[in-house]
Amino acid sequence: MLAYFIRRILWFVPVLLVVSAITFVLMHNTPGGPWDRDLEARQVDSNTQELLNEYYGLNKPLWRQYVAYVIGDFDKEGAFVCGILCGNLGPSYRVRGRTVQDILFEPPEGKGFSDSRFGYSARLGLIALAIAIAIGMPVGMMAALGQNTWRDYLGLFIATGGISVPSFVMGIFLIIIFGSWLHLVSIVPRSWDKIDVWILPALVLGFNTTAYTARLTRSSMLEVMRQDYVRTARAKGLAERVVILIHMLKNALIPVVTILGPALAGLVTGSFIIETMFGFPGMGRAYVQAISQRDYSMILGTTIIYAVLVAIANLSVDMVYVFIDPRIKLSD
Amino acid sequence: MTETINTPSQPIVSLNRDISHPGRSLGRDAWARLIRNKASVTGMIIIGLFTLIAIFASVLVPHSPIQIHSGANFLPPAWVEEFNGKTGNPDYLLGTDTLGRDVFSRVLYGARVSMVVGLIPTVIIMVLGTIVGMIAGYFGGRLDNLLMRLTDVVYAFPDLLFFIIVMVSLRDSFIGQMMNGLLLLFMALAIVNWVGVARLVRGQVLSLKEKEFVEAARCIGAKDMHIMFRHILPNSLGPLIVFAAFAIPGAIITEAILGYLGLGLRPATDQAAVFITSWGGLLLEGQTAINAQPYMLLTPAICVALIVLAFTFLGDGLRDALDPRMRGTQ
Repeated sequence: MLAYFIRRILWFVPVLLVVSAITFVLMHNTPGGPWDRDLEARQVDSNTQELLNEYYGLNKPLWRQYVAYVIGDFDKEGAFVCGILCGNLGPSYRVRGRTVQDILFEPPEGKGFSDSRFGYSARLGLIALAIAIAIGMPVGMMAALGQNTWRDYLGLFIATGGISVPSFVMGIFLIIIFGSWLHLVSIVPRSWDKIDVWILPALVLGFNTTAYTARLTRSSMLEVMRQDYVRTARAKGLAERVVILIHMLKNALIPVVTILGPALAGLVTGSFIIETMFGFPGMGRAYVQAISQRDYSMILGTTIIYAVLVAIANLSVDMVYVFIDPRIKLSD
Repeated sequence: MTETINTPSQPIVSLNRDISHPGRSLGRDAWARLIRNKASVTGMIIIGLFTLIAIFASVLVPHSPIQIHSGANFLPPAWVEEFNGKTGNPDYLLGTDTLGRDVFSRVLYGARVSMVVGLIPTVIIMVLGTIVGMIAGYFGGRLDNLLMRLTDVVYAFPDLLFFIIVMVSLRDSFIGQMMNGLLLLFMALAIVNWVGVARLVRGQVLSLKEKEFVEAARCIGAKDMHIMFRHILPNSLGPLIVFAAFAIPGAIITEAILGYLGLGLRPATDQAAVFITSWGGLLLEGQTAINAQPYMLLTPAICVALIVLAFTFLGDGLRDALDPRMRGTQ
């Protein structure tokens, strides 16, 4: 079992290398460089461009740049500058003088780590996940326990609608209703210090996950309800409450628990549209801004962070499965 | 000693009578189950409607989708008495946008892009994925290994990020220019999604090739190709069809998201262009003008939600119809 997980973790390395290589090549084959794109800003003259290219190593062959980016390179004074292996995602092309990891992980002065861009996104993702669990699981349970009654149909209807409607479309509806018509919330909050402005973005972000959790809880409850051990529990005269909570729920939640890791990764990585929509100062909006500003190193760095998160999340599914359900044996 | 068997002069059941019942194919059965499902039928009607709109958009529009009506910008929909000091005009059913273009006409044209984006990449991935998955599952070996490793990479790449990066970096290239950027989007969608089909087919083949009917076919000397495409493929069609029904709305959502980020279809200014604007693009225009006229955002959002919902209903219905054992469990 341990060997299996070690193999899985080692497999991360080539996967991430390929992912970063694809992104790297695509980013660098974009016509033009990072210096000559912004038509509104003052144009950088060719001499300065050359110097900048020299400084950032952009005049070297592509493979050399990639190696330098991943492993590291020697700078002018001969000192070794480590690449992404040490967590150095390189300098941002737009925010001069700051590195990508600085922009993403460094909190503003006098604030804690949770106020960095990554911290903001992670917090939003966690709140969204909490909402998804708090609403999705009970709805799914209710639907399953009342199979083929109005409760089931209502639950299924909400869940199907929730899966189908993309969360950003739902966000648009909510913004129009609560922001434009009812004037209950400001569309783009000025400050994110108070918790109540977080509710709407978190609700929108967790919308699909909520529906998915409800559907999954329902289907796995239905499966468990037909198992022999549930009949046995009923036959030996246990109270219905005990049967549901101890015998059914515990087993029915196995598939639900296993999706929580990827769900969280999905919420953190998938939040850039919601963040852009609400003007949320997280990693996702930084990513979208980097796209419009052609800040290649920022796009590259953020993509790699996202890929790592997804890889860890996928691995966590298997791990959680093994710990939660002794019936499962993994091999490859 | 001979014994004559007393045979009745007339058989009890006339063997001459044709007792064969017209055969009911699996497809016919599934279809019968599908049209009993109200949600699926609703979904099919909505899809049919949007398909018609997409085909006949140029005939249906009351105004040209790119004609600028100066002085009539930011009009609210016709039924709105007053919004931001402007009154709805019955000429412009859903109001006008920033430049005074008719929103209703633009939304009708948006259906074109969404339907095409849903359809074409899905056809590509189904064909490509089926062929590769079939070969990988049937013959195993190196190709199978390669496919599985490729899948690992594709699954590790957050797909929306991949679309964004491809659209950003190749937008100005030769391919990115073709069909106002739609071709590039098709290719990006196909590259990411064919792997899912290949894996699905591979799994089906792996379980089906051990079945008795395949063994029987092999016993009577059927060739590999024959077994793959005449025996295994028809038996794995069910999950494939369901996959397609869910891949289409996925592609439509992706287009809407990319359009919303300003990375989708390039808005056309040419009257003769087939693809003029997309719902994603309209959402972006609406978002930037949300304070001036929030209704601009509403219609494309409803359209995206409706078409995706329709395909989901159809997909759910298809799954129930094609595999009755799954009914009510998902």
